Amino acid sequence: MKYAYYPGCSAESSARDQHSSSIAVARALGIDFIEIKGWSCCGSTPGHQTDRVLAASLSVANLILAKDMGLDIVVNCAACYNRLKTANYEVKNHPEIRKKVKNAIGRDYDGSVEIKHMMEVLLEDYGKESLQNAFTYSLNGLRVASYYGCLLVRPQEITNFDDPENPQSMDNLIRAMGGESLDWPYKVECCGNSLSLTTRSDLVVSFSDSIIGMAKAVEAECIAVACPLCQVNLDLRQMDIKRQTGKQYDMPILYITQLMGLCLGLSRKELGLEKLVVSPSPVVKAIAATVL
Amino acid sequence: MTIRITKSQTGKSLLNQIREMSGIDLAVCYQCKKCSCGCTVSGHVQSPPSELIRRLQLGAGDELLTSDLIWTCVSCETCFARCPMGIDMVSVMDALRALAIKKKAVIPEGNIPLFNNAFLKTVEIFGRTYDLALMTAYKIGTSSYMRDTDKLPIIMQKKKIALLPSLGANRRTVRRIFRKIRQNKGRLS
Ligand code: SF4
Ligand code: SF4
Repeated sequence: MKYAYYPGCSAESSARDQHSSSIAVARALGIDFIEIKGWSCCGSTPGHQTDRVLAASLSVANLILAKDMGLDIVVNCAACYNRLKTANYEVKNHPEIRKKVKNAIGRDYDGSVEIKHMMEVLLEDYGKESLQNAFTYSLNGLRVASYYGCLLVRPQEITNFDDPENPQSMDNLIRAMGGESLDWPYKVECCGNSLSLTTRSDLVVSFSDSIIGMAKAVEAECIAVACPLCQVNLDLRQMDIKRQTGKQYDMPILYITQLMGLCLGLSRKELGLEKLVVSPSPVVKAIAATVL
Repeated sequence: MTIRITKSQTGKSLLNQIREMSGIDLAVCYQCKKCSCGCTVSGHVQSPPSELIRRLQLGAGDELLTSDLIWTCVSCETCFARCPMGIDMVSVMDALRALAIKKKAVIPEGNIPLFNNAFLKTVEIFGRTYDLALMTAYKIGTSSYMRDTDKLPIIMQKKKIALLPSLGANRRTVRRIFRKIRQNKGRLS
């Protein structure tokens, strides 16, 4: 199994831990991730909020690089995943956009590169049963709230990832690791996205508060995420929530790949656990006690 | 609720311009309000998405471009996912943003266009985002130097921000994209 790996900009800043844990998990499972040489930013939210052709072109530049490698793309970040898939959809369905993108990049692109999220690679290509056999530790009934956020599952016409209102991919991974995946109503709520970096970060604090509050209400012991923005908004903002509302959640927010890495017996360092703001120690200890 | 609108001074309602830009026909909206019920930010804005659409249907003009939803919307796509008529509100919002900038409408608190521009500038220069430059430009632009600085020590300690820009991107292609789009449009935004 071989993929063209698109790290995305946050892999070099806020989400180095998501990056390193995915690479480590892939390596442990014998899946080949070949980083796309010369990859560039997908355009993210500012791209499409500014100009439709700019957004499509910035993403297509990367899709062309993967096409030249002759491989499917694997992505971690939900926002990158959404933008790359949207670009594919744009060139496939709108000939006039395809023409403009061709003009901007200097090369035509037909929308043929397959884009997969890390979870799709693991569940669909590698397979749940093979995964189950690979784990040497277990979540041992740990109560995990799977948080998908918005951009992975929406819009379904474009991302075609699971069910947009009640997705199960992450829940299936949690179950494969022996955890208890919780049924809770906020798995596809939005965390406030990049408002976090602006002077409207007050909104993000209130969204994060209600999401973590709901996870607490269903007695989650940690929240699993798949997107760098979700992770930072839920993890780092617990400080603000405490200051503004007095609520101390101490809710560990781990990337799904970090949980998987722990169940594969990988080291804390490889998984970047020291980068988490809320300590994941209770989770790590619970897993470490369960050598299968 | 009574909705009052004033006709656009140009005589051209925004509805048609939005249809031209996004290819989306808002006439099919029957005001079920599912979009507004699920909207991430509807509790924090004056007009939720369905109301914006109703105003557009009634022929609203440029004054709608100062609506706070335009820049508070986080592009979470919930409205699009839940609309029974399949209205792609996210593309409508993108069109409204482009019009707001083109017509120099007043930008509300948060100055998201400034954020977007600073973001894209770092992409144009480095081929990838460079948070440190982005945040500096944005903080200077909004004079919000002290906001969220209490988290700086932990951000540094946990290395959540890169101190130096990444230089691995294919910068030639990225610069070409920006150049071509400026050539075709006259400007970026
Ligand atoms: S969900 Fe669709 S049809 Fe219903 S009010 Fe919103 S845009 Fe109109
Ligand atoms: S995309 Fe914008 S308007 Fe639509 S639900 Fe999300 S925040 Fe609301």
